[in-house]
Amino acid sequence: MSAAMRIVNGKVYDPANNIDGKIKEICIQDGRIVDSVPEDATIIDAQGMVVMPGGVDIHCHIAGPKVNAARKLQPEDHRHDVHPGTPFTRSGTGGTVPSTFATGYRYATLGYTTAMEAAVTPIGARHTLEEFHDTPVIDKGFYVLLGENIFLQNLLREKRMEEFNEAVAWWINATKAYTVKLVNPGGDEPWKGKKNSNVSDIDEKTDEGLTPRQIIEAFIKSVDKQGFPHPPHIHCNNLGHSGNYITTLETMKTAGDMRAHIAHIQFHSYGGELGKNPVSKAAEIVEYVDNHPNITCDVGQVMFGKSTIMTADAPLAYVLKGHTKGKWVNADTECESGCGIVPFNYQEHIYMHTLQWAIGLEIFLMAKDPWRVILSTDHPNGGSFMNYPKLIKLLMDKAFRHEEMKRVNQSALENCSLRDLDREFTLNEIAIITRAGPARALGLKNKGHLGVGADADITIYDEMDDKEMMFNAPRYVIKSGNTIIGNHEFITDFIGKLLHISPEYDKKIEEVVQPFFESYYSIEFSNYAVDDHYLHDHEVIATGKA
Amino acid sequence: MAENTKIIENATCTFCGCVCDDMILTVDLDEKKIIKSKNACVLGRAWFAEHTIDEDAPAAMIDGKEVSVEEAIEEAAQTLTKAKFPITYGLSDTTCEAQRQAVAITDRIKGNIDTTTSVCHGPSGLAFQGVGESTSTLGEVKNRADLVIYWGGNPAESHPRHFGRYAVTPKGMFTPRGKKDRTVVLVDVRKTKSSPVADILIRPKPGKDFEVLWALRALVKGKKLSDDIEERTGVPLEVLQDLSDRMKNCRFGVLFFGMGLTMTRGRHFNSGALLALATDLNEFTHFVAKPVRGHGNVTGADNVVSWQTGYPFGVNFSRGYPRFNPGEFTTVDTLANGHADAAMIIASDPASNFPKKAIQHLKSIPVVVLDTKMTETSKDAHVAFRTSTYGINTSGTVYRMDDVPITLRPAFESPFPDDESILKGINKRVNELMLAKHYASGASGEVKVAAPI
Repeated sequence: MSAAMRIVNGKVYDPANNIDGKIKEICIQDGRIVDSVPEDATIIDAQGMVVMPGGVDIHCHIAGPKVNAARKLQPEDHRHDVHPGTPFTRSGTGGTVPSTFATGYRYATLGYTTAMEAAVTPIGARHTLEEFHDTPVIDKGFYVLLGENIFLQNLLREKRMEEFNEAVAWWINATKAYTVKLVNPGGDEPWKGKKNSNVSDIDEKTDEGLTPRQIIEAFIKSVDKQGFPHPPHIHCNNLGHSGNYITTLETMKTAGDMRAHIAHIQFHSYGGELGKNPVSKAAEIVEYVDNHPNITCDVGQVMFGKSTIMTADAPLAYVLKGHTKGKWVNADTECESGCGIVPFNYQEHIYMHTLQWAIGLEIFLMAKDPWRVILSTDHPNGGSFMNYPKLIKLLMDKAFRHEEMKRVNQSALENCSLRDLDREFTLNEIAIITRAGPARALGLKNKGHLGVGADADITIYDEMDDKEMMFNAPRYVIKSGNTIIGNHEFITDFIGKLLHISPEYDKKIEEVVQPFFESYYSIEFSNYAVDDHYLHDHEVIATGKA
Repeated sequence: MAENTKIIENATCTFCGCVCDDMILTVDLDEKKIIKSKNACVLGRAWFAEHTIDEDAPAAMIDGKEVSVEEAIEEAAQTLTKAKFPITYGLSDTTCEAQRQAVAITDRIKGNIDTTTSVCHGPSGLAFQGVGESTSTLGEVKNRADLVIYWGGNPAESHPRHFGRYAVTPKGMFTPRGKKDRTVVLVDVRKTKSSPVADILIRPKPGKDFEVLWALRALVKGKKLSDDIEERTGVPLEVLQDLSDRMKNCRFGVLFFGMGLTMTRGRHFNSGALLALATDLNEFTHFVAKPVRGHGNVTGADNVVSWQTGYPFGVNFSRGYPRFNPGEFTTVDTLANGHADAAMIIASDPASNFPKKAIQHLKSIPVVVLDTKMTETSKDAHVAFRTSTYGINTSGTVYRMDDVPITLRPAFESPFPDDESILKGINKRVNELMLAKHYASGASGEVKVAAPI
């Protein structure tokens, strides 16, 4: 394990412990933050620097079958953005879908030390875990797609709720996932089985006799009952469609006072008539989130330039293919999910793209409680995570924001209130939306803060006026007590760990699941669950109600 | 009947890309032999039955003389690090765990890595990069497909269980009557053992696949074809029109394609036309396409090389980062052009199936070989390792042709080490040698030695 270390003279931002820019010593031993260390501990002098917990990405797409398909699809995206190796680190390629090694190292170069892959098919879990082992530095976990699981929907329709709960827990264990992901609930069967159609309303009854709302409610209740550290991570219906904010509000209302996380909420905050240009409904969405402490969300900010759409929402990707007229991947997973991939480009002059950019910023700037409105670009859907420093500058620097606003589609700005928002985020608030907030929403008690007992995942930035430059180049990045980046350079390699949960379940549920497998899956039941040798270094986060 | 036997259930056959994981193997532990392989096809039965271990064979050899595995690892690492243009090739008949090590080694020595994909479905990989792909796992075909088209392949002989387990006869969720719920179309220039399965057999003139596919794209989009289409392609207009109608009106259609398409005139244009046709059809119904891959874990090789480098095959690290250029960094080319000055060949036998010019060059450079048996390539190798067989002696991960990963259940132990452990050893030693080179060049700084990932 790592040696003892003491960080002195740094300005510490640790919002979870109410420390806002105080000069404070941080002591590290055996990968954790401790009260004190021996006199001879290594000293890092952080004079003139800002000390924060390592960043936590609550929603990104960095590993697994769809990510790898998107990598393979775009050699043109890699060749202009190479990632040379060093004697201590592996090489790779970048672009919007970097290779696994480049992904880990690049997160580190932004000061991020944890990232959660937001959508993995159960059958793709093994693949995802293999990629994770080749994704260095960061700790990582994934959300498993269960909303469109035909077996679970069958139980739901037959109102076998006890078995439903057991089966959810079984699937989490079989895949080593962190929580449940729902994507466009109810939309898979119309897509695959009914000639590429879709659901359009949260209360629309599909031929299978279920509504999206029933699916959402069932998972929220099940996860609440079982006390997962992070609630169902929900990609609502109607993503990207004008008028979809009603669906988003209804989805949040379905949760009642139980916890729910709404993913990339920017894409779900549009007013206007279906088929016509949308207008901003950021204010309505933010009002609901602010007033309901059971709800967390990540923003899914759009950043101009190249992106890659990759989603389990296959009908959405097909709609976007209609706009780009370029290459498109569709990938159906038996009994579990759909998937679509489209290379994309957000352009300043386009009304829709500017409005999306502006709505994201509005949501950040209007939110009264930054703890529950978390920074993300839905990497790489809204843009690469490499845009985070620029996004931070947009939030912290009003003058810069207004300069950028001059370059975008002006009629889109007419249909939102971005011009009227004067707020500038403080460093403390940035530490909330990139560290403390996501860690709390994930239920990761040892992350996102610098109190005694926390994981020694620490980033030290030179304090600069240009916040983009500052957040682009931490001077030190410490992961689990190991100095990975020292004086801006990689000085060692490190493989982070898997974060997953292991809820209890009654083994008898396997007897219920198995016959379905034998009829409708193409691999054997006993070869389906991921065994422990794929875990490598890992940590089980506790479940159950506190 | 042998007395000391063991039964392995749900074992996986890695002979072809079907990667069937429902084998029930009976192992004679005294003879170290699989004596029965229930559920296996004719190819799988041979794969299991013919697997015997020659315990007297040396585990490692340098220039034909027996050495210890450690000595051979040292010599392999020295050979690879001394070379200016070392190449790594093969990989499709080993586990993903071994493939990951192979890419790591090649990255560290700034070499060139390529897999057997470059000589089979490489063109499909290029077509994928050009147009994308609408695809699905094989279980989805079993559950939903009511129109199944095979193009340029003969699965009855190359993938015998493809029909029965995945695509033609199995009863699925929305295909409860199996074959009765499906229409099967076979497009091939010749009659094969697969022909009897087809409801509709279409035989284009050899080398005219692209034209037929393009004509179908036109019909699907409602365009008129010129009257000489039959003369040009060998397929009557009515047949094409009928197929176009069937494709547009099915509920869930699938196009499987083989090397009759990818390795004939047109190559990646052919694959691209087929993928584009499947994409076009999604305007009318749900339609997917899938290359029918050959080797047991060639799909795993594509995946591993892609996630580590961003590119599926034909990758060069000489500048310190991955570059992709099929035609330059593909193995036939690095050899035939005389660029490679050392080679590491893993689970493949290029000396018996590459073009003559490439083989001549391969024979003129030091070669490190990992294989389960003596091959044309290993008999002249500078360093030769004999390794255990994946899926029979060794566990690990393989990817089925539809990218579904499966964990192998080994049947019995081999006295020989597996590919992964040999490659791990080479990786570790290569890492040490490259770091020594780095320090020798005058580098300084606060540096810890990284554990090889």
